[in-house]
Amino acid sequence: MTETSATLYQQLGGEPAVNAAVDIFYRKVLADDRINRFFENVDMEKQAAKQKAFLTMAFGGPHHYTGEDMRKGHAHLVKAGLDDSHFDAVVENLAATLAELNVPQPLIDQVAAIAESTRNDVLGR
Amino acid sequence: MSLKKITFNDRQIICQEEDTVLDALLRAQIDIPHACRQGVCQSCMLRSLQTAPPPAAQNGLKDVLRHQNYFLACLCYPQQDMSVSLGADSGAFATATVVGKDMLNADTLRLTLQCPDIPDYYAGQFVNLKRADGLTRSYSISNNRKQRHKLEFHIRRLAGGRFSEWAHAELAIGDSLAVSAAQGLCYYLPGRAAQSLLLIGSGSGLAPLAGIISEALDQGHTGPIHLYHGSRNMAGLYWTAEMRRLARQYPNFHYSPCVSGGEAGQGVCKGRAHELAMSALPDLKGWRIYLCGHPDMVHQAKRQAFLKGAAFQDIHADAFHIGATTPA
Repeated sequence: MTETSATLYQQLGGEPAVNAAVDIFYRKVLADDRINRFFENVDMEKQAAKQKAFLTMAFGGPHHYTGEDMRKGHAHLVKAGLDDSHFDAVVENLAATLAELNVPQPLIDQVAAIAESTRNDVLGR
Repeated sequence: MSLKKITFNDRQIICQEEDTVLDALLRAQIDIPHACRQGVCQSCMLRSLQTAPPPAAQNGLKDVLRHQNYFLACLCYPQQDMSVSLGADSGAFATATVVGKDMLNADTLRLTLQCPDIPDYYAGQFVNLKRADGLTRSYSISNNRKQRHKLEFHIRRLAGGRFSEWAHAELAIGDSLAVSAAQGLCYYLPGRAAQSLLLIGSGSGLAPLAGIISEALDQGHTGPIHLYHGSRNMAGLYWTAEMRRLARQYPNFHYSPCVSGGEAGQGVCKGRAHELAMSALPDLKGWRIYLCGHPDMVHQAKRQAFLKGAAFQDIHADAFHIGATTPA
């Protein structure tokens, strides 16, 4: 964790902010016809926990994900056709969630940049 | 601060100062599931068996989990000695006697047991019923806990179902059955009396829902309570008269029996219960939801309720998997 990302997490409001964002974000993802097929048969409880872990990471918060975890965790989705357009859709939903929570644009940009940094691992490249 | 003792599966270990329960377990080479170590992933959830865990260790857990003393090992700095376990209770069984058998419809038996030693339970939870030869099945409790030592179950006869066919045909008044402690998280907790409740059940999924409704009304729930009970056809519906009577007695209780196939009788809606509920109730923001019955219905309704605005923490579900003895 770098100095800057720790600050971002604090600026966003830490864990309570993640809790506020997770339902909104997951709801947007499930309602998005571009990507919801990837979530069709998942266990919602487990998925919500994963979304929360993902948001914590994207918010610059504490996490233990490695690039390798990202690759392994998404390999079955890449096989099912997960590509850049789907990744873009997730980042878009993330930004829209933060906008809905009145997070200032410069912070949204930083969150999007952290999410962006996982693109190649998620897509298995 | 001083050292605290942690008991886990008959092993006693010491939790050092400034260590979490997770640290202490891992240090003792007791490998429980864990991942983020920050209270996010909830994979290291444990249950405190004797004492309430520190509230900070329950951060982010569902109300029913907090109520049952579940906590996150990675967030828990013990304030006292603790006895902890992974998940559900031990396999202790109490003895019960059959005191009632009556048919709710052609396929559904109401079985009433008298069980003096049953630990406390909540309507909507389930127990494991065990026959003398060990054959065990899970059934939801359909009565309210006012009748402390009485337990009622709705047992639908399944073709080839060893337990259900035996319970229907051979189990007799006066026979004994073993009953586990109540388990599960699908039940009514008082505290938000004005909240709107939506309950959707298919088939004998009515059993836990009827118990939850009775509990809520007894606790003085003031918010609207909507029950949708679905079946394939009219013959599969039951307790319609009782539910209608309850709806007349409590103006905040609304009952919609539904059939997906065949003719719908008077006062019965045509269609799938969860689809009818979702189209009748466009916005579920702030609602508490209970879903019981067929796994596909539960899965779809959970998703739809969430998309219609219900918070994840407020969705309680119990999917009935055929033949499952101990639902996870």
